Amino acid sequence: MEDLLIRIEKRNDVPTTLYFFTPFIAIILTIIGGGIIFYALGFNPAEALKFYFITPISNLYGFSELLLKATPLCLIAIGLSFCFKSNNWNIGAEGQLTFGAIVGGGVALLFYNQEGFYILPLIIIAGAIGGMIFALIPAILKTYFNTNEILVSLMLVYVSKLILDYLVVGPWSNPEGFNFPETRQFSDSSRMPLLFDGLRVHAGIFIALAAVLVSWFVLYKTYLGFQIKVSGLSLKTAKYAGFKGKAMILIVFMISGACAGLAGVGEITGPIGQLHRMISPDYGFTAIIVAFLGRLNPFGIIFASLVVSLTYLGAETAQIFLQIPQYTGQVFQGMILFFLLASDYLLFFKIKILNLKKNELGH
Amino acid sequence: MSLDISFIGILIGSIMASSVPLILAASGELITERSGVLNLGVEGMMIIGAISGFALMVITDNLFIAIIVSMLSGVIISLIFGFLTQSLLTNHVATGLALTIFGIGLSAMLGRDFVGIPGKDFPILFSSLRESIPFFGPILFGHSIVLYFAFALPFLTNYFLKKTKLGLVVRAVGDSPASASNQGINVIMVRYCCILYGGGMCGLAGAYLSLIYTPQWIENMTAGRGWIALALVVFATWSPIKVLIGAIIFGGISILQLHMQAVGFRIPVQFLIALPYLMTIIVLVVISRDSRKIKLNTPTSLGRIFYKEK
Repeated sequence: MEDLLIRIEKRNDVPTTLYFFTPFIAIILTIIGGGIIFYALGFNPAEALKFYFITPISNLYGFSELLLKATPLCLIAIGLSFCFKSNNWNIGAEGQLTFGAIVGGGVALLFYNQEGFYILPLIIIAGAIGGMIFALIPAILKTYFNTNEILVSLMLVYVSKLILDYLVVGPWSNPEGFNFPETRQFSDSSRMPLLFDGLRVHAGIFIALAAVLVSWFVLYKTYLGFQIKVSGLSLKTAKYAGFKGKAMILIVFMISGACAGLAGVGEITGPIGQLHRMISPDYGFTAIIVAFLGRLNPFGIIFASLVVSLTYLGAETAQIFLQIPQYTGQVFQGMILFFLLASDYLLFFKIKILNLKKNELGH
Repeated sequence: MSLDISFIGILIGSIMASSVPLILAASGELITERSGVLNLGVEGMMIIGAISGFALMVITDNLFIAIIVSMLSGVIISLIFGFLTQSLLTNHVATGLALTIFGIGLSAMLGRDFVGIPGKDFPILFSSLRESIPFFGPILFGHSIVLYFAFALPFLTNYFLKKTKLGLVVRAVGDSPASASNQGINVIMVRYCCILYGGGMCGLAGAYLSLIYTPQWIENMTAGRGWIALALVVFATWSPIKVLIGAIIFGGISILQLHMQAVGFRIPVQFLIALPYLMTIIVLVVISRDSRKIKLNTPTSLGRIFYKEK
């Protein structure tokens, strides 16, 4: 009698190659899953997928848009990797992005009729500080009141969006703007320099790349990075080693908030040029997917931000060519995370197929 | 605006109606969380319930089937979450977030042919009594059956958790999965059931929006109510009766801000809308700083992965 038995065993150590290989499996499964959904909805799956993943980057403008949208995703995800590595669940990056944009935008509005080389750096610093301050709220509540940072950071997303809404409708609205919910246009000195004429990709991309390099250095080459990783692996070990847990929570949240704030100012001083209600298509939430897909590794995050950025572009193209709502980008984003999380099972467990006839159970 | 007694009656009635989706979703999520599972996919499950309910209403012209299907689709979509978190042991927070993102996208995709189709009138009960009795009429009568169910649900949930054996099992699984498992309880199975139940209730909450409250399909029509429902469970410190009270407060704020806007009240509207979120943070701080208080009701293993060596 031939009988197959599937046995699942816990792995003792995760093979590094598999760890970085599973994101690719997740991406392939997502594309297949997307094709199935398109087919079920009555589209030609090959054509729909082509509109989604190839058409958007088939020209220079599309490539610039890819980098433009990858910039905030990469920046935020880099910040989040510090939190997630140390087991701090900051899921309110969208709020920190918004608050950073509010503070940075406030500075930009102060100089709305002035020009000068110092204006843009001031705005950028203000944005980073704004995001940092906003991220400190869940961090301080967690360290001193033991509150759950997931829920607090999430609630604050809505608070920040309402503050922005209040400002652009009320005190900061453009006096010559016919009551539209938007502020004045920022002055030219407040805008990120464009890299190429006619393309929207801007100097913010260098901030993101700098963040990648700095975070790689901090995470892998400094004592702080070591502390962060150890705390993520085992809080008990971290305490035993005498690491200052509270200070570290505050630091990782500040890093994460500053990155999100920078992403926020990058948007308003880059493609947008003013403050209004919709400054981010949920970059702060999508960046969580980017952080996971990039395996919390700075260079992995660059790759992941480009992949996820493509889902944004694909959704826009598909809306034009296939008349399907732009929200479909989120179907792909959700699926990537589903498949990635599911494939993690392969990392932590070994699936052994045993053939009873050969009597392998004896081992 | 005249503040006569019949107006206040109608106002209370509309506050009750606006709190229904919050009660349904939060009561479902409460059971899920009590079993130790944190499902951040409430918004996604609600919106899937909203579109599938509306689509089935358009296709079959039968409201009963529409309601049942909306609950079923909530169950099915929560099964993805259940399979990933319970069978493949994935992180609850990330999986729930993926569920919300996926749900919003999928609902828009499914609903592209249903935008702009007018809804149907949902039958209301005791409509004659609503008109004939002043003040109490609009409060007590003239609502859909879903509203009456929603207002009974917290009491049923409370009874279930506190007085039945199954409720005890759910709480045991949430508080100490290891000991529950040693007692011979199938922790994974209990959690699966609680996740699916939560999904069903969120589906119903969504259908209430697309079939009864504002009978039509609009992309992203849940508009953050799923997140408020999540906040509500914490605000209520995982107690079903407090969910009811909280839902009326949060629903009341959303109705009052409309009226205050109309009369030109001085407080910025945005501040009122932000109140539920701020109140939830304050409640979190108050219950969390006292470790005894948080232990009283919070499911101890909330959000932690349970894995049993076989």
